Amino acid sequence: MPYAPKLQESASQTAGPYVHIGCMPNTVGIHGVYDHDLGHEMITGDAQGERIKLEAIVYDGSGTPLKDAMVEIWQADANGVYNSPEDGRPSDPHFTGWGRQHADHDTGVFTFETVKPGAVTYNGVTQAPHVLVWITARGINLGLATRIYFDDETEANAADPFLSRIELKVRVPSLIAKRDGNTYRHEIYLQGDNETIFFDL
Amino acid sequence: MSSGYYPRDLDLHPKAYTPGYRTTVLRSPQKALIGFDGSITEFTGPTFGHNTIGEFDNNLIVNYAKPGESAIGERIMVHGYVLDEEARPVRNTLVEFWQANAGGRYRHKKDTYLAPLDPNFGGCGRTMTRDDGYFQFFTIRPGAYPWPNGKNDWRPAHIHFSVFGTAFAQRLITQMYFEGDPNIAICPIVNTITDKSAIDRLTARLDMHNSRPHDMRAYRFDIVLRGKRSTMFENRKEGN
Repeated sequence: MPYAPKLQESASQTAGPYVHIGCMPNTVGIHGVYDHDLGHEMITGDAQGERIKLEAIVYDGSGTPLKDAMVEIWQADANGVYNSPEDGRPSDPHFTGWGRQHADHDTGVFTFETVKPGAVTYNGVTQAPHVLVWITARGINLGLATRIYFDDETEANAADPFLSRIELKVRVPSLIAKRDGNTYRHEIYLQGDNETIFFDL
Repeated sequence: MSSGYYPRDLDLHPKAYTPGYRTTVLRSPQKALIGFDGSITEFTGPTFGHNTIGEFDNNLIVNYAKPGESAIGERIMVHGYVLDEEARPVRNTLVEFWQANAGGRYRHKKDTYLAPLDPNFGGCGRTMTRDDGYFQFFTIRPGAYPWPNGKNDWRPAHIHFSVFGTAFAQRLITQMYFEGDPNIAICPIVNTITDKSAIDRLTARLDMHNSRPHDMRAYRFDIVLRGKRSTMFENRKEGN
């Protein structure tokens, strides 16, 4: 029989409708337990690179924005380095690389104040600037992973190893945010003709 | 640098579309996930220092209570280890948890259940694992509660968990149930998991050995994250 690891991964369960109580309690009126909610600020000082705003909306199969979701992003700094011991290179000390937000109550927009990530070159492989996105909510049984690329990085996107291996090219635009000034806007569709590409993390 | 993580066994996890849990119907992607071996992006992840954690963050009995008061309910200690699939400790990782109060009510404006709010219970906590992967927190046993799904669906008592691991590839949100609760077997959310042993592993065991006499009972709950692949120490000829 093939080798089996000693243990099996714990199964996922939905984050439920009250994920914000646990992960960003101050945003739902639970004050006094944590000074601040983790992930709210990604820029903690004089971070290098271009300051951008990343705005995303997540739509369900009826075209309704998810307002009860929690979205996390993880990205490299302006030099393409991750703020993680697993990266091993020194990253920008004024940039956390990790953001966590709830939707705007009226519009359903998730807004991240961040810096534009640099292209990521590691072990000889270069990836276009991109952001890992992780979506959890009531009705989502296992966190959904996708990426956001940038529409003003045409050449880098064309050479990106992740985008290149997507066979259905017609789906690639579902991963590319559109620039408008210093804001990139992005729409994530959980279902339908424009369903966003999600990947097996 | 990490050379990656064991592939996730998606048969252990709930499928996206599980119509018994009705909200999944419009929130489940219908196209296949793109298989991807991952990259430095997925093999890294946020880390948090122990100074992130306040003194009472791991004590839901008192962390929202007025001075000298405490939350109503059965006092329990929940503890266990965060391990990877090779039973190696996942050290210094953030574990967050949240739950309903003893009556089964969340402190949230959208929760309108009849059970009253407890003025001394907020419902959130967090801690960091030690070097050996161990974590521990104090809370009250949450109540079961009805939820809008079928005509008469009740959630078993449960505590939500969010765990980071050392890389985004290990990121996990799940729920812990309590041994012996008859609502586990009939819960549509629990039953999104089809592997009974996987449900069993989300069920905490009463731990009388670590219970504190005349004070609180203990429940043991271990969390397993994806295993880290071994680094290849491959000798290569020049030019290859």
